[in-house]
Amino acid sequence: MDKVILSGNEAVARGAYEAGVKVAVAYPGTPSTEILENTINYPSIDSSWAPNEKVALEVGIGACLGGARSLVTMKHVGLNVAADPLFTLSYTGVRAGLVLVVADDPELHSSQNEQDSRHYARAAKMPMFEPADSQEALDFTRLAYAASEQFDTPVFVRTTTRIAHSKSIVEQGVAVTGLPEASLERNPAKFVMLPGNARQRHHVVEDELKKMADWACDQPFNRIEERSSEVGVITAGVSYQYAREVLPEASVLKLGLVFPLAKQLIRDFAARFKTLYVIEELEPFIEDQVRALGIEVIGKDCLPICGELTPGRVASAISGLQPTATYQHDIALPNRPPNMCPGCPHRGVFYNLKRLKAFVTGDIGCYTLGFMPPLSAMDSCICMGASVGNASGLNKVLNADEKQKVVGVIGDSTFLHTGINGLMDMVYNGSTATLVILDNSITAMTGRQENPGSGFTLAGEKAKTVDLELLCRSIGVEHVRTVNPWDLEQTRQVLQEEMERKAPSVVITRGPCILIKRDVGQRKTPLEIDPDKCTGCKACLKIGCPAIEWQPDAGERGKAVVNQLLCVGCGICDQLCKFDAYKVVGGSVDSEVKNG
Amino acid sequence: MAKVTNILLAGVGGQGILLASEVLAEVLMLAGYDVKKNDVHGMSQRGGSVTSHVRFGEKVYSPIIPEGEADILFGFEVLETYRYLPFLRAGGKVVVNDLEIMPPSVATGLERYPSGITEKITAQVDETKIVQGLTLAVSAGNARTVNTVLLGAISNMLDIELDLWLRALEKMVPTKFLAENLKAFELGRAS
Repeated sequence: MDKVILSGNEAVARGAYEAGVKVAVAYPGTPSTEILENTINYPSIDSSWAPNEKVALEVGIGACLGGARSLVTMKHVGLNVAADPLFTLSYTGVRAGLVLVVADDPELHSSQNEQDSRHYARAAKMPMFEPADSQEALDFTRLAYAASEQFDTPVFVRTTTRIAHSKSIVEQGVAVTGLPEASLERNPAKFVMLPGNARQRHHVVEDELKKMADWACDQPFNRIEERSSEVGVITAGVSYQYAREVLPEASVLKLGLVFPLAKQLIRDFAARFKTLYVIEELEPFIEDQVRALGIEVIGKDCLPICGELTPGRVASAISGLQPTATYQHDIALPNRPPNMCPGCPHRGVFYNLKRLKAFVTGDIGCYTLGFMPPLSAMDSCICMGASVGNASGLNKVLNADEKQKVVGVIGDSTFLHTGINGLMDMVYNGSTATLVILDNSITAMTGRQENPGSGFTLAGEKAKTVDLELLCRSIGVEHVRTVNPWDLEQTRQVLQEEMERKAPSVVITRGPCILIKRDVGQRKTPLEIDPDKCTGCKACLKIGCPAIEWQPDAGERGKAVVNQLLCVGCGICDQLCKFDAYKVVGGSVDSEVKNG
Repeated sequence: MAKVTNILLAGVGGQGILLASEVLAEVLMLAGYDVKKNDVHGMSQRGGSVTSHVRFGEKVYSPIIPEGEADILFGFEVLETYRYLPFLRAGGKVVVNDLEIMPPSVATGLERYPSGITEKITAQVDETKIVQGLTLAVSAGNARTVNTVLLGAISNMLDIELDLWLRALEKMVPTKFLAENLKAFELGRAS
C-alpha cells in the first residue's frame, strides 16, 4: 500500500473505515472536528452531526445495540456533556465495538479549560488507548474495536491537539470484511440498567479490567525500547516524541494503553533503572498509579502540570536550565489575537450591547471574541449553553435596575446544543432576563459545520430546519423578535426594548456567517473612504473591523482607510460615520448594502 | 541521531500558510524523507498569529520544532516573522514576505506598527531573503498566489528536484488555479 501523509484526525477516520465502522457521530469541537469531516468520505460509514455530544454517544450506543461497530468523537469538554450515558455504557458493555475518540487540548489553543480526559477512563472504568503519531492513530483505532469486543466494553482513543492536528506518514491497510450484519437481538439483563442488572454488570466490568491489565503486559502497543541501563522513561502519547528528542539514550516503556495500566510490565521495567522518569502532559495520571505500586519516579516534581509539553519545556524541566535564544527582540511587539471576520453579523450586536451597558453572560463560539477590545462586551463565558442559566441566576439576585442589564448571548448551534434547557428554566421559573440568539445558520467557530438549524446535513444534503422563533414560543417565551444584525439602529432599538421588558424575551439576530460558501451572495462590493470627508474622528474604529485600518500620519490627526482585499461591504462602518465619508467602491452606499 | 531539518512557517490567519505547509510536507515525503508537520486550527484562524511546523529527516520524533532549532524561518508577514525569530537556530536562514498586516491594536489606532522590522531581521540574520510576494503574485495573475510565490523562493534553499515540487503542486492545487500557481512558483523560485 502507498504511503500517505495524514493528520491524526484523518488517520482515526481511516482506522474506523478499516475496522468496518458503520456509524460515526459527533458534535464538532476543536481539535476533534476533522474526524467526521473525513469519515464522510467513506461511503460505507453513515456519518452525521448530532446536536450535542450526549446525543452523539446515545446514537452510537443505538448502533451498537443493533450489532454494528460505531465511532463517536468529541473534544474534551464535550465528554463532560456525554458523561451521563458514558458511565452506564461501561456497565452494559457492547454488542459490537464502540470507540469514543476524545481530543484534549493542552495549552488551551481553542478551549475554555485544559482538563485531562484520562481521568474519565479511570472514573468510568473504560479502557483508553493513546496514540503518539498518525500511524498509531490509525492502528490504535482499529485495535480499539477488537479490544472493545474482546473485553465487552466501550473503548476510548484519546488524542491531544498535537496528535490530532499533526501530519505524519502512514501506511494504510485494507478494510476488514465478514463482520456480522446488524440485527435486533434482545438481551435485557445486559442492556437494561435497573439496579438488579447493573449490580451484576459492575462485577463483570471489574473482572474484565483486571483481565485487560494482565493481557496488556505482552501486547505490542505497550513496548520497551532498550537503550541505557541507567535511565528509564515511562511515557505515552505525544510526550513519547518529546522524551525521544530530549533523552535519546534513555530506555523507554512506551504505553499505548494508558488505562488499565499493565502493572506487571511497569514493575519489571522500573526495577532495572536507578533513574526513572514518567514524562506525561497535564496531570500525573500515569505517575500517581506508578507511585501507588511503590515505585519512586521523577515526574511532576519537575515537569509542569499546566500547559502542553514541548521538547524545550521537557529539556529545561529535566536539566533545570532555562534555554537562551540566539535571536532576541529589543522592542515590545503588538499582539495579534484572533478577531471576528470582516462582515461578521455578530459585530454590530456586540457594539450595541456595549452601548446599552449590558452585562453579557456569554457562551462558546466565534462570538466569544466579543470579549476582545474594542467591543469588550462579554462578562462571563463558562461552557456550552451556560449563558442562559447564568442570566437567570443573576436575575434571581439583582435589584430591579441591575436586572434589566442582564443579557445572555448564545449562537444558534450552541442554543440547540444545550441552551434550550436553560431557556425552559428561564420561562418556567419566571426570570425576566433577555436572551439573544445570534443565528448565523452554521456552527462557525469550528470551521462551519452544519447543525439542525442550518438546513443541511454533514453530507451536504437538504434537511429540515429548526424554526427558532416557533421553538422559543412553544417553550412559553411570549416576546420573540427577529432583527437584521447589520442594521445597527433596528438592533439597538429592539435590544433596548426587550432589556427593559419585565418578562422573559428572546431576540434573534439573523444573518448568515459571511464565510458560508453557499451564501457567497452576501459578499458585496467593498467600501472606500473619501479622505476629504474623513475627519479622523475614529467612530468607525469602535467596531474593531479588521478591514478598517488607522493611518496615524494621514491628515492632521490621522484618517481611516478600508483594506479592500478584506472588506465585504457589510456597511456597519458607514452607519457609524457622521461625515458621509464611506461609499461603495465606484458608487455610493445604497440601502441594500446597509441592510446586509 | 541523524540531523532533522526544521522549517517554521509564520504569518497571519487567512494567508494560506496551511496550504503552503501541506505542499511542503508532500514534497518532502515524495523526496523520501520522514516528515512531520503541525499547525493549530480553531481560534487562531480568525486573523490571529499562525504558525506551522515542518520537520524532515531520516527519522522525526516531535511534531513541533524544539525552541531555538528552526533551520529556516519562513515568514509570510514582517511582524510575525520577527515575532518568531527566537525560534531560529544560530546560523539559520530567513525568508520573509515583504508585507505588513496591521494587528487589531494598530488598525484601531492604539499602537503603531513597529518600524524598521525588516532591518532588524537582516541586521541579525546574515542569510535573509526578502521576497516581494504580492508583486510577484499579481504578475502571476492572481494576488492570492502569494503563498506559492513564497514556496518558490524557499525551494531554492532545499535540495529537492524541481519535478517533485511541480508534482506536489499539481496534486494539491485545484485544477482551475493550477496554471497561475505554477507561474507564481516559477517567479518565486527565480526571485
